[in-house]
Amino acid sequence: MERHVLEMRGISKSFPGVKALDGVSMAVRPGEVHAVCGENGAGKSTLMKVLSGVHPHGSYEGDILFEGEPCAFKDIRASEERGIVIIHQELALVPQLSIAENVFLGNERAGRGGIISWSTTLMETERLMKRVGLTDERPQTRVSELGVGKQQLVEIAKALAKRVKLLILDEPTAALNDEDSRKLLGLIAEFRDQGISCILISHKLNEIRQIADQVTILRDGRTIETLPVRPSPGAPPEVSEDRLIQGMVGRELDQYFPERTPYRGEQAGQVALSVVDWTVRHPADQQRRAVDSVSFEVRHGEILGIAGLMGAGRTELAMSLFGRSWGRYERGRVYLHGKEISTRTVSQAVGHGIAYVTEDRKTFGLNLIDNISRNISLAALPRVARRGLVDEHAERQVAERFRTSMNIKTPTVFEQTGRLSGGNQQKVVLSRWIYAEPEILILDEPTRGIDVGAKSEIYTVIDQLAAQGKAVVFISSELSELLGLCDRIATMAAGRLTGVLDRAEATQEALMRLMTRTQTGKDTTDDGTTGER
Amino acid sequence: MSQATLGKSTSERPEGGGGPSGGARSLAGQLLRAVRTNMRQSGMLIALVLLLGMFQIWTGGDVLLPRNITNVILQNSYILILAIGMMVVIINGHIDLSVGSLAAFSGGVAAVLMVDHDMSWQLALAISLLVGAAVGAWQGFWIAYIGIPSFIVTLAGMLLFRGATQLLLDGQSKSPFPGGFQDIAQGYLPEVGPDTNYHNLTVLIGLVLCAVVVFFQWRSRQQQRAYELEVSPFNLFALKCLALVAAILAFTLTLASYRGVPVVLLILGGLLVVVGFVMRHAVVGRHVYALGGNRAAAQLSGVKDRRVTMVVFINMGVLAALAGCVYAARLNAGTPGAGNLFELEAIAAAFIGGASMSGGVGTVLGAVIGGLVLGVLNNGMSLVGVGPDWQQVIKGLVLLAAVGFDVWNKRRAAT
Repeated sequence: MERHVLEMRGISKSFPGVKALDGVSMAVRPGEVHAVCGENGAGKSTLMKVLSGVHPHGSYEGDILFEGEPCAFKDIRASEERGIVIIHQELALVPQLSIAENVFLGNERAGRGGIISWSTTLMETERLMKRVGLTDERPQTRVSELGVGKQQLVEIAKALAKRVKLLILDEPTAALNDEDSRKLLGLIAEFRDQGISCILISHKLNEIRQIADQVTILRDGRTIETLPVRPSPGAPPEVSEDRLIQGMVGRELDQYFPERTPYRGEQAGQVALSVVDWTVRHPADQQRRAVDSVSFEVRHGEILGIAGLMGAGRTELAMSLFGRSWGRYERGRVYLHGKEISTRTVSQAVGHGIAYVTEDRKTFGLNLIDNISRNISLAALPRVARRGLVDEHAERQVAERFRTSMNIKTPTVFEQTGRLSGGNQQKVVLSRWIYAEPEILILDEPTRGIDVGAKSEIYTVIDQLAAQGKAVVFISSELSELLGLCDRIATMAAGRLTGVLDRAEATQEALMRLMTRTQTGKDTTDDGTTGER
Repeated sequence: MSQATLGKSTSERPEGGGGPSGGARSLAGQLLRAVRTNMRQSGMLIALVLLLGMFQIWTGGDVLLPRNITNVILQNSYILILAIGMMVVIINGHIDLSVGSLAAFSGGVAAVLMVDHDMSWQLALAISLLVGAAVGAWQGFWIAYIGIPSFIVTLAGMLLFRGATQLLLDGQSKSPFPGGFQDIAQGYLPEVGPDTNYHNLTVLIGLVLCAVVVFFQWRSRQQQRAYELEVSPFNLFALKCLALVAAILAFTLTLASYRGVPVVLLILGGLLVVVGFVMRHAVVGRHVYALGGNRAAAQLSGVKDRRVTMVVFINMGVLAALAGCVYAARLNAGTPGAGNLFELEAIAAAFIGGASMSGGVGTVLGAVIGGLVLGVLNNGMSLVGVGPDWQQVIKGLVLLAAVGFDVWNKRRAAT
């Protein structure tokens, strides 16, 4: 029996102007969970695209051996036929089709003449759903009706339908809440015991420690090291998070969270924004209150965290406050410095000095086909314009200023934002709203999907904003960063505010308790997880 | 005017790992890079020049005769006017299928006013343009405020205004028009000054244009300096100015040796400068691009989607009405069948000139270049005796090739 199910040797891949991979090697043993980690732009995604045939054989250098045989995949289909299946961070399901149709999409259970056998399809789907623990849904259910956690399970069922031998998961828990993440990791462990090897790409170091057997660290397109995480499956981890971080960034992160800089201006301690009884109904389901009687206030120089599980209504709260960009407004008032204001449209909200930095920078944040400079100026064009005409030189100067101060890594400010890494894209969106000079900044998951180094930089920026007297509302799913940065942390569950803790009294356990506290249990969140606890 | 080149100049990437090789940044290299950064548009410009050269040889020198150049402009003026508006609509992420019908309708309105009501041509033209604006607002309203896709709204408009034209004209052509109105499409600038074998006013316009273009190039360079931004090297700058001056002079002298600048060219040039300037430099133009690039992100940045879309469609309506009047003036008649398939020619021009189906990219100058490529193809093929049947086939293939080249080029850049 071979020692390795997969061996990649000396893989190099160049794009015009960049060497994305430079002699990367890694080896996966049969039936192990092999984590791959590294900063954004380290080459993880490119490596997986080479492995799965997205970058076809011939477009890269180096050898791939799968089950001892050299491979030359010309496309994804070829790699899937060998049993290598990749599940991308952005799920590739067709929302209008049923679970069964999605599971066998492109792999239909069809007889002669291409006629689909629905009975076989449904039966096999049911079996696969049982295997991934998706027992409370029917195969005929439309995927659009499922929460993100369940959609992820459908993806895995789809992979199993292809008789997967090596499952590649790219940031599988990025969009999941803790409960769903735990289930998913459990599932991966089960597959490992059944002999399915798994490559897990993850930013979440605790997950790697929790489940991986080995970890390969990439940096700048090179393999830095492969470390054993644990001697045998199930044994406690032997590698610390600090050790992993050290490998990823190549330096000691002595100050992961910045020391908070206090704001001592004249507005210190004054309430900037207060929201009273804010209630918004779900646009698709008028019966449901996605945000229900939420009241809170945030002061100048303060960072107010908002914690909550998926579907708790945090983004819905923020977006509905910001120009009623989400849902159907029912009731609620907003006060700026004690005076009631209207935030009926985005321009009104911006006019009152409110900024919202979206959690989904690709869909709601950036114009990906336009350059950095124009993306930064978009929300405050009048500031670089005179009499309705944009002064492009002034605009470019502003962009250069932010490129330096935010450390946006790019050859020029005329680079398309679509070509930047996630962390740099996030810095562009942040720059846009900092340039708009708001008094109140609502940051929605500003560090999602970005690497440790960029995260740390963004924490420093947030601290600086508060130190200038801005009121910051910081929505995050990572409790550690809320605890590390915020003055107070509010918790939401099922659309309601369930508590506000001061920094001193807040612990992960206390927050989690509040995040899972619901009123009546049942019809709570999208994915129904809160009711079960 | 200088849209194609302005600001797209060399902002060099730091060349990684390279030794101190000074010769690497030769003039030719920089030129090549400037071309590459704007592949689609410069590609089409090159294609236009090649096309002209090809037909020039093929026809034994007929294509570049001053008279023929003037004809090409006159024959395509209304399509180019439509293409300018259409480009803006497409950048905004919409489409307008109604412009051909709307052109016929507004031409009909002008005809009825002048022929049946003896109205002065100036007033008739103004009312016709207002009708165009009103129709644009009507369609913009359904698209922006009710949320019906522009394809559907303007498809409805295409049927609606074609029918309305027939009702208005009672199925008949209306003519003749006063001389002033005909001059919109057929007239030239007046002859002034001594007899020089050239049209004096045209030569003068050419010289002024050269001075203006060079001045703006120079000023932009000074401003970049003032803001301490990287400036393209002087020899590249000089070359650019020289090329622009040479092109302008060659063009105006050609026109001047026939009957001078046609009135419609003046209109077209004015539109190109004004709309091009607004799209590139005005806040509203920037908003059009931002909405086309990512509507949700633009809205969440405070861009007023509805208002901008209204403006874009009102602009298109006015331009369609103008094109309709130019066409009617050219025929010296308002006819129910006018403007048939104009919308498709305008859309083709925009896509050949660098528009993208999903919006957010393209320039007004590109649309005009695209329209000229089609126009020169028509003209050249007619001159060498290719029948209209084959002309259609070839134009279809050119559209496919132009967009296909762009897609291929983008994909190559991505991998």
